[in-house]
Amino acid sequence: MSEKQKHASAYWKENVRYLFILLFIWFAVSYGAGILFKDALDTIQLSGFKLGFWFAQQGAIYVFVILIFVYIKLMNKLDKKYGFNE
Amino acid sequence: MDVQTWTYLLVGITFALYIGIAIWSRAGSTKDFYVAGGGVSPLANGMATAADWMSAASFISMAGIIAFAGYDGSVYLMGWTGGYVLLALLLAPYLRKFGKFTVPDFIGDRYYSKTARIVAVICALIVSFTYVAGQMRGVGVVFSRFLEVDINTGVIIGMIIVLFYAVLGGMKGITYTQVAQYCVLIFAFMVPAIFISIQMTGNPIPQLGMGSTLNDGSGTYLLDKLDGLSTELGFAEYTEGKKSITDVFAITLALMVGTAGLPHVIVRFFTVKRVKDARKSAGLALLLIAILYTTAPAVSVFAKTNLLTTVSNEPYAEMPVWFKNWETTGLLTYKDKNNDGLIQYVADTSKNELTIDNDIMVLANPEIAKLPAWVIALVAAGGLAAALSTAAGLLLVISSSVSHDLIKKVFRPNISDKGELWAARISATVAVVIAGYFGINPPGFVAAVVALAFGLAAASFFPAIVLGIFYKKMNKEGAIAGMVVGIVAMLFYMLKFKFDMFGGGTADDWWFGISPEGFGTVAMILNFIVAITIMKFTPDPPEHVQEIVEDIRIPSGAGEASGH
Repeated sequence: MSEKQKHASAYWKENVRYLFILLFIWFAVSYGAGILFKDALDTIQLSGFKLGFWFAQQGAIYVFVILIFVYIKLMNKLDKKYGFNE
Repeated sequence: MDVQTWTYLLVGITFALYIGIAIWSRAGSTKDFYVAGGGVSPLANGMATAADWMSAASFISMAGIIAFAGYDGSVYLMGWTGGYVLLALLLAPYLRKFGKFTVPDFIGDRYYSKTARIVAVICALIVSFTYVAGQMRGVGVVFSRFLEVDINTGVIIGMIIVLFYAVLGGMKGITYTQVAQYCVLIFAFMVPAIFISIQMTGNPIPQLGMGSTLNDGSGTYLLDKLDGLSTELGFAEYTEGKKSITDVFAITLALMVGTAGLPHVIVRFFTVKRVKDARKSAGLALLLIAILYTTAPAVSVFAKTNLLTTVSNEPYAEMPVWFKNWETTGLLTYKDKNNDGLIQYVADTSKNELTIDNDIMVLANPEIAKLPAWVIALVAAGGLAAALSTAAGLLLVISSSVSHDLIKKVFRPNISDKGELWAARISATVAVVIAGYFGINPPGFVAAVVALAFGLAAASFFPAIVLGIFYKKMNKEGAIAGMVVGIVAMLFYMLKFKFDMFGGGTADDWWFGISPEGFGTVAMILNFIVAITIMKFTPDPPEHVQEIVEDIRIPSGAGEASGH
């Protein structure tokens, strides 16, 4: 493997690690909090909302937006670190 | 001014705006036509993607569906937003780096095969046509109710407008009209929601109003009140669902993955300059979409509560004007079964006297809440913006599939750029006419099929694209077999349980208790399994293809999208 290829595959590895972490959160807020554990979370009240219901109809969406912006930040930094930014 | 005059005024102004933009942004080359010249800014692309994505279904139907489904409606909220996370993280940056015009372009090149390209074109056409017919119908409904023209005339007016800017401007015209359409539709959705939120809870932010106490001094939370009203009438509690956890899970996943696999959304990311811009515009698109998607469930709660308190056990003779107006459209019907002159709206179908179509909740909401005439007219203009923007995006996918993927890449590789541009324009025109035909003569299954378009996209494109990027060894045999098995399984399940073919069946016969709407998840998993298994027994992809994969994983040097 050439130097250039090693460089690229190190970049790719870090990228994939970010994806795993971010997608774990993506799964946890929607399928976890909004669906699988909805009933348990519903016993907690957040002003007028039951918490599980809130995640399913509001919370998960807010987290999705935040996740993409965190991803953009992380990747821009990663691009710079490996000199792939332009 | 009355509602009618306001509607003519607002719809007239917005239409003039769209046409003005179309003339200003004519396409001069195929590159303009397919990817708007490739120089769209991330913000403009984010707005265009949001308008492209939010269709008549999001604007008109979704809040109504949730109003009647309660918690079960969450599948649409999470499903149609969560897909953007997949799109931003797994697809958009790499497809932009790849730098071609269409989704079949990627499939065809990555899997070094004309067969793969043709399978992808067929999938794109099935998905897009089913989707676009529903949009034209939405245009017709808005026209017939608010401008009191015949539904068919409404569809034809809509066709002419879309034809004008899609055929003339291609992706370039569509992009800039969609930016305008996003502004119109989000304004039209938010204004009544804010009004009603203040009216009912005193909180101007609908997302918070939904969880606030009622304005009537009782100190009761709005959601508790709605839960109470619902159970009183024999319905399920609003914040609880009736669907099984498995089915909710499967439908949400099918919608998310389907969203990420929809060709008209994916192509939007070919229009920006750099990989970095593709990521950014995916983030902006979801942010702009989330404004509507977090407001919609609040609108559902407001509208449902208002509806129940307005009609339940009230005398029919004293119903407000909107009730009568919607009765004439046939979307709301009342039958006094026990002849007491009151409206019984209950869960028990033998006693229930009122049927309400999902679609009227958003459109009637401002009237139910007694908002001023201009707000009601604004909603009509917003509904049209939502339907037209999505229809235009889909038509572009259809026309580029034909002119670029079939004519240029398969049948007539020597066609000139000018010739290809004309082919694109002609196929867009033909597509508009076919879509309009389905809008005027909706086959009974349009509504059912629109929801299933996501399942089809999930079952076909998503695995092929993700494997193409993340699995270097994936070869053409695996990808083609996966796509074919995925889409055939989805079509089979849909035809069996929705159209009563292959022996039909009821909800009790569903496999693993999963409804046809959620079956896209199963078909997608099948696609993955088949693709990987077949790959293990067939030759590796050639060296140059593996190099392409390595190249798209690196963001720099994206260059401009090109057809060669």
